[in-house]
Amino acid sequence: MNAALKKIYGMLVALLLVAVGIGLQKTGTVALFSDPYDYPELIRLLWQHLYLVGVSMAIATVIGLAVGIILTRPKFRAYTGVVMYVVSLGQTIPSLAVLALVMTFLGIGAKSAIFALTIYSTLPIARNTLAGINAVPSSIIDAAKGMGMTTMGILWQVEIPMAMNVILTGFRVALVINVGTTALAYLIGAGGMGDWIFTGINMMMTDKLIAGALPVTLLALLADFLIEVLRVLLVSKGLRMTEE
Amino acid sequence: MGTIDFIIQNYADVLFLTWEHIFMVGISLIIATAIGVPLGIVITKNEKLAKKVINGANVMMTVPSIALFGLMMPVLALIGQGLGKTPAIIALILYSQLPIIRNTYVAIKNVSPSARNAGRGMGMNRWQLLKEVEIPIAIPVIVAGLRTAAVMNIGIAAIAAYVGAGGLGVYIQNGIDRVYPEMILAGALLVSIFAILVDAGMALVERVLTPTGILIQKKVSE
Repeated sequence: MNAALKKIYGMLVALLLVAVGIGLQKTGTVALFSDPYDYPELIRLLWQHLYLVGVSMAIATVIGLAVGIILTRPKFRAYTGVVMYVVSLGQTIPSLAVLALVMTFLGIGAKSAIFALTIYSTLPIARNTLAGINAVPSSIIDAAKGMGMTTMGILWQVEIPMAMNVILTGFRVALVINVGTTALAYLIGAGGMGDWIFTGINMMMTDKLIAGALPVTLLALLADFLIEVLRVLLVSKGLRMTEE
Repeated sequence: MGTIDFIIQNYADVLFLTWEHIFMVGISLIIATAIGVPLGIVITKNEKLAKKVINGANVMMTVPSIALFGLMMPVLALIGQGLGKTPAIIALILYSQLPIIRNTYVAIKNVSPSARNAGRGMGMNRWQLLKEVEIPIAIPVIVAGLRTAAVMNIGIAAIAAYVGAGGLGVYIQNGIDRVYPEMILAGALLVSIFAILVDAGMALVERVLTPTGILIQKKVSE
């Protein structure tokens, strides 16, 4: 029974792949990918997309981590509630609205897009850094103090490694949202893969539409995969073992 | 002040677009709940299936919304529905699945075995146990999932304006195309306020639907 189901499932997947293949060929997407004029354009847009994602994520990571760490220090702990409230309110605001709002103040271009993407990506990173560090059991911090560690030592060698898993989850949310929102950055004149998607929609050019949407989707899935790799690299062995 | 003037002058239009937005988000949330909650309950009985379903929903969530619209358009165009509300509502239903399924699954899984045993000891059958014990205990978390889905859907529905679905995103789209800052601001502000209001409203629903017993328990433990 189960084996038969598996066979049917496999056949359905194969059929679906064939149908997608025929679709890609029929709509001219394959031809577009190998077109001598369009192909370099694709590479250029892809780079533009990666540039926007890379720059905004780099800034957002630095700011997010810094805000998260500062707010867990005893001096600033009182402000945690207020900042968390503002952050979750900010996350409620739709990405397109953030881009549009930034554009009305800063005008069009890559700079405004990077600014909007940075703000939007900072929120989940800051939030998870804060939550991750706050979730470290006080007994562990006491143990570290008992071993004579300094505040800085505790931060770098105890709190951050313990919180790494949660921080990476925030980073993953930020990165995936960022890749998707960057596709909208075309609307405020920053380029990126959104160029082909929106051109495709507006001109009813199916080949261009798919040729734009497919790389963005793959990029987002790749980003997701990248975080899993980072998880293996950054989360300490002991923590991963206790999880399993 | 230009933005407020703009909204007042076009209030009929604003109301219509807001209604379109509410309609899209509302209908997709209802359908998504009808699919996601039962699915989330069913998979609590099968660990392997649960992992597969949640992973699938997770992958779905990773796909950027505008790319999903793009990929759906040629397929839906075969039945003449490539543009308009159909792709928007399908996308919203798909995106809602992860928060709804995951929260339902986690909430039902986390019902303490002692509560379940107590129900069984009272002579409840499987169905009664689900209806009288598991779902009431799980409801706050399930509603929290719906809340996440609703807020996210409002944002995605705004993007759906680009595939002709209407809604408040139309103001952002037209405003950018016409370089009309008041219009952009009106669209962006209205969508944001709408999302914040729904978030607050769902938080209220969450509290109202939580059984009194659980609320008391929480107070005691605090």
